[in-house]
Amino acid sequence: MSAYDVTARSEAALRRSLITPEGIDLNLRIGDAGQRIGAFVIDWVLQMVCIGLFLVAVGWTLGAMGGKNDGHIWIIGFLGFFILSNGWFVGFELSPRAATIGKRIMGLRVAARDGGRLTAEAVVARNIMREIEFAAPVKFMIIAAASGGSDGLTMLFMGIWTGIFLFFPLFNKDRLRAGDLIAGTWVVRTPKRSLLPDLSDNHASGQFKFTDLQLSAYGIKELHVLEQVLRTRDRKTMVAVAARIRRKIDWTPEEHESDEQFLQAYYAGLRARLEQRMLFGHRRKDKFDTA
Amino acid sequence: MAALQLKSAKFRQEREHDWSRLSGLLEKVETRGARSLTDEQLLAIPVLYRSALSSLSVARATSLDQSLIEYLEGLCARAYFLVYGTRPWIAQRLAHFFTTGWSQAVKSIWKETLAAALITLFAVLLAYVLVSQNPDLYFSFVSPDLSQGRDPTASYKSLHDGLYDGGPADHLGPFAASLFQHNAQISLFCFALGFAFCVPTAMLLIQNGAMLGAMLAVFAAKGLGWNFAGWIMIHGVTELYAIILAGGAGFKIGLAVAFPGDRTRLDAASEAGRACGGAMAGVVLMLLIAGIIEGFGRQLITSDVARYAIGIGSGVLWLSYFYLPRPRKGLANVRL
Repeated sequence: MSAYDVTARSEAALRRSLITPEGIDLNLRIGDAGQRIGAFVIDWVLQMVCIGLFLVAVGWTLGAMGGKNDGHIWIIGFLGFFILSNGWFVGFELSPRAATIGKRIMGLRVAARDGGRLTAEAVVARNIMREIEFAAPVKFMIIAAASGGSDGLTMLFMGIWTGIFLFFPLFNKDRLRAGDLIAGTWVVRTPKRSLLPDLSDNHASGQFKFTDLQLSAYGIKELHVLEQVLRTRDRKTMVAVAARIRRKIDWTPEEHESDEQFLQAYYAGLRARLEQRMLFGHRRKDKFDTA
Repeated sequence: MAALQLKSAKFRQEREHDWSRLSGLLEKVETRGARSLTDEQLLAIPVLYRSALSSLSVARATSLDQSLIEYLEGLCARAYFLVYGTRPWIAQRLAHFFTTGWSQAVKSIWKETLAAALITLFAVLLAYVLVSQNPDLYFSFVSPDLSQGRDPTASYKSLHDGLYDGGPADHLGPFAASLFQHNAQISLFCFALGFAFCVPTAMLLIQNGAMLGAMLAVFAAKGLGWNFAGWIMIHGVTELYAIILAGGAGFKIGLAVAFPGDRTRLDAASEAGRACGGAMAGVVLMLLIAGIIEGFGRQLITSDVARYAIGIGSGVLWLSYFYLPRPRKGLANVRL
């Protein structure tokens, strides 16, 4: 099994079908564990920085007032802390992007699992669960560690507790957090992609003339690998791939023939042939597919 | 070299403009909101979305350009979420929440709420009876940082003063705010832990009710029972009701997990969770209101009559707001 197969397979495992009312499968990709962790870490750090700044500001005000008539500052402090710690995720996920800053950076968004609209109830429910999944036990552990008044057993229990919930998404195929389970949501990837240039549109391919036999050496899978190679443009890989293709199709290189040009021309030729056959109903999966 | 151009490349060239137009519009909505679009642009989105979808299905059948298909899938998904996932303006949603959404959510869990209320009441009575007979048990119901000296060893005078003076005025703010924090934590836990077949939720409700019952017993032993009730009622009605509602929401989820009927447990849990989300947003609001009443009203209003009036009044208000039938309006089918 080549490296391409491995990535293709893990990629396919993350695809979920979502049929639009128009009857077309959007083939959604759910966010993988790495992206989820990345998004959460970014959000958590940002949130902590905001809370920290807020508390410093409150503490500074309290200090400046010298402990007289500062009741309302305390109230503002507590309420602000509550809103920042619980409202952060809800607020961002209620926006049209349905994603916190971390999720936006990772190209993720929250969506309803049934494909319908993401309701505010669902957003509230999925984020209240964060309280028991992460916020409360961590708060407890930080306070206990800071005051030094906790036994190892309680800390261990709290650690295991958070661990179970933190790793929960790894143990189900849809990467659902406990909050996603309760709220009927999941986190999908909708990154902004730019339209890359069409590789078959190049003017140099005219000088290469491939025979039908040469063009039938490979199938769709190999075409896609070749596309990746051409888009990555790693020189060493291109040299190796070009050498292999030349050997396979018995191509005698002309003088001053560049590997990239050869690959581009072969890509264009192969794609033209495979697409033409596809129009006639033959979808040649890979080079072993002889039908 | 036009003659050499592939059919799929030509197809792409012809539609590329529409795709990039759609992508630009989506970008604009995502960064600056739907208000930044003109009417014409807003109307163009569904049309462009459908044409992008049809491009996708044609591309899947005729093109082997992987990056093109990935691009179209991404574009269609983003547009899909905008076209089918958009919700009304935030002001409209808030209006809907306060006019119907909130009370509907609360009404839909009335059975569970009743159960939570009965459990709380039971805990109050139990702790009251137990502490009346053996005051030492008080300390197993109430943690010292919440009782703040209101325990069986306190004198009549300190208890009485606690109800009517409340000590130094600037001590109140922090106390009220930390109580709010404590209650908010309990309610969120009641909801979030409900999935474990209701057990943790019931335990939290019992603990919370027992605390109240134990305190009541301490005051009643000194002949201050009615005064204490008035003192706590002013904000406690709202607060306790909020916690009971959170308990009801937790029960709803726990029951859905335990008895999913003919759905899967997962589906049942998410349905219940979504049904209770609105009620939980309301619970947090109620706790905020209770916190405000507590911070400003509890020590300022010292007459028992006024305290009872406010306490009972707030209870009647909440009950009628939630449970009285109300006329259906045109907004009835707007979802949050």
